[in-house]
Amino acid sequence: MDNIIEARNISKIYTGHTALDDVSIEVPRGKVYGLLGPNGAGKTTLIRIINHITAPDRGEVIFDGHTLTADDIVNIGYLPEERGLYKKMKVGEQAIFFARLKGLSKADATKALKEWFERLEISQWWDKKVEELSKGMAQKVQFIVTVLHRPKLLIFDEPFSGFDPINANILKREMLKLRDEGATIIFSTHNMGSVEELCDNITLINRSHNILTGNVTELRHRYGAKDFELSYVGNPAELQNVLSPIAAEFELGGLDRDGNALAKVTLRDTSDLRNLISAANDTVALRGFRQLLPTMDDIFIRAVKESNSADSQLSNPENTSAE
Amino acid sequence: MKSSVGIIISREYLERVKRKSFIITTILMPILMIALMAAPTLFLLLGGPENKTIAVIDDSGVVAPALKGTDEIVFVPASSNLDDARANEDFDAILVIGRDVVENPDNVTLYSRGATSIMTDQVISSQIEDAIEDIRLKSYNIENLRQIMEEVKADVRLSTIRIDTDEDTETSSGLAYGLGMLMDMLLYMFILIYGQMVMTSIIEEKNNRVLEIVVSSVNPTSLMLGKIIGIGLVAITQIVIWGVLLGCASGWCLPLLAKSSAVMEEPELAGMFGQLLAPGFLISLFVYMLLFFIGGYLFYSSIYAAVGSAVDNIQDASQLSSIATMPVIIGIVASMAIIQDPNSSLAFWVSIFPFTSPMAMMSRVPFGIPTWEVILSLVILYLSFLAMIWISAKIYRVGIFMYGKKPNFADLIRWARYK
Repeated sequence: MDNIIEARNISKIYTGHTALDDVSIEVPRGKVYGLLGPNGAGKTTLIRIINHITAPDRGEVIFDGHTLTADDIVNIGYLPEERGLYKKMKVGEQAIFFARLKGLSKADATKALKEWFERLEISQWWDKKVEELSKGMAQKVQFIVTVLHRPKLLIFDEPFSGFDPINANILKREMLKLRDEGATIIFSTHNMGSVEELCDNITLINRSHNILTGNVTELRHRYGAKDFELSYVGNPAELQNVLSPIAAEFELGGLDRDGNALAKVTLRDTSDLRNLISAANDTVALRGFRQLLPTMDDIFIRAVKESNSADSQLSNPENTSAE
Repeated sequence: MKSSVGIIISREYLERVKRKSFIITTILMPILMIALMAAPTLFLLLGGPENKTIAVIDDSGVVAPALKGTDEIVFVPASSNLDDARANEDFDAILVIGRDVVENPDNVTLYSRGATSIMTDQVISSQIEDAIEDIRLKSYNIENLRQIMEEVKADVRLSTIRIDTDEDTETSSGLAYGLGMLMDMLLYMFILIYGQMVMTSIIEEKNNRVLEIVVSSVNPTSLMLGKIIGIGLVAITQIVIWGVLLGCASGWCLPLLAKSSAVMEEPELAGMFGQLLAPGFLISLFVYMLLFFIGGYLFYSSIYAAVGSAVDNIQDASQLSSIATMPVIIGIVASMAIIQDPNSSLAFWVSIFPFTSPMAMMSRVPFGIPTWEVILSLVILYLSFLAMIWISAKIYRVGIFMYGKKPNFADLIRWARYK
């Protein structure tokens, strides 16, 4: 597959703390890539390494087929998580300053900026000082500054923090538009809703490790392979009873639109859908069933829990033996 | 990357130079300085002898006729005794001259209503002195004695000519002392003010989090370099403007002063002014000062930049920045000692060591020291700057992303070692 950027076996160690330990990711061209993980997992460090801001202790970054160098920065647009602007400078002047740093000429920058300002309906801010803007307003300016030079790769660190829902939607719209125009987007977020909505692929980083990588749809199917919802007519207690050998979890839901009873079942690893249907079919009148795809939220929590317990088992062998 | 440093420099420079506060200080400071220098003269002129009527009770009978009075002071001979004169409100003061004043000149008392000015006192005592001197000279019965005395008087003015340098210049050590002190102070002020401006500006960017946006486009070292150069150019702009303003002012004032009678009467002063007016002298000093300022500023501002990158706010910076400021202060203190003996070996080493050399050299240069010493000092200073900016850039790169923890000196050294 054609990857715009690859991070290979990246490690970064700060005094007394490992920020990244042998992390690799591959970001396919023209896709939206989500970088997920709890706070302090190492996402921002990885993003800084991809941006050529910090150097990794081990590993390398391949950009567009070659080792990442300082010259590639003009092909990357980066919106950091912690972002600010020069307070005393005027909005327009400042946007031109940042655009010129990215290699645009003053005239080109001004022209492109005017277009963007029109499009996001903020033209009237051009001559205002940044300190007069609200946080959300400043974020819009920062977004424009990030994408203005039409980079091949866009990296957004927590892009939606500080945006109200209306502006967050505008942002999503613009991000997808940029992707459709050929840009690749990497973004890190805690907002799992936006991941399902926007991302094609994700990587989940926890405690400096890459614990989960893959296509969002595939992951959801994989994680949801044992989760089903049954709609039926019959005795719930009997159903639960008959399913207990094959179901790890059983939960009664209410009624569906047609008045059928609902039940959520998570199968044991040893059972599959056929076992479930045949067992249920003997006890109640089955009206329907569907696979329950987990939300990214569920996957996130499950993957992090699994990796944490694996970690603690590794680091505390006595505990495990005591159990 | 080159061009991005240029863009940073132009932003840093224009942002500051366009500020009202910069324009105001740049224009007002020289005016203020000139006013400060002119103030004593002005006060002297305004506070001259006030109009006074002084009653003179002359028991000796020989001094009173010689008191001529001036425009402001009128002497009125009074025959009455002191108590009567004191009761008379028309008199501002009563001058009582003792009977034996010629032999005992201390026997003169001025009773005054309210305080008298120094000028009034001086006018009175110098007139009495003249009168007594005249009387004493006459007592020798030699013709033209006063004229002979004038001819005998010898005014020695030492001309020091350096034989160890090529330039055949005369140096006045008094002038060199004054100039050395002045340039030292200016250098000290500029290095501290502008060096710390680099520091606060970095802290501000860090606080604002605008830094993270900037370093996504330029590498941290370019940003640091651009900032140091940009702010340095602001300082140079200010120095040059002040230099030109002061140059114009002194070009207009000094010749006037030099011609004024007060200066001509003092050969030492006249020599100083002659030297100041000599073409090239002030200009060469100015160029030296600029070179040492640039070197010192670059060197110290890279230290301040590292400090600024390491901390979150000004309060936390004080401890680290005081470590950086200490050598500047040592430099200025050492200069005070050096200026007494500009050719001692202490003076030499202090003016070679890069932490103190800008201040120390500046205090020695007006005395005229061998050119190779100045060049050596400059070369070491600029090389040290390169080494320092290399270390600082490493600290800076790590420091700008460190929040929360207040770092100490050891942390900075560790950061400098990160890859």
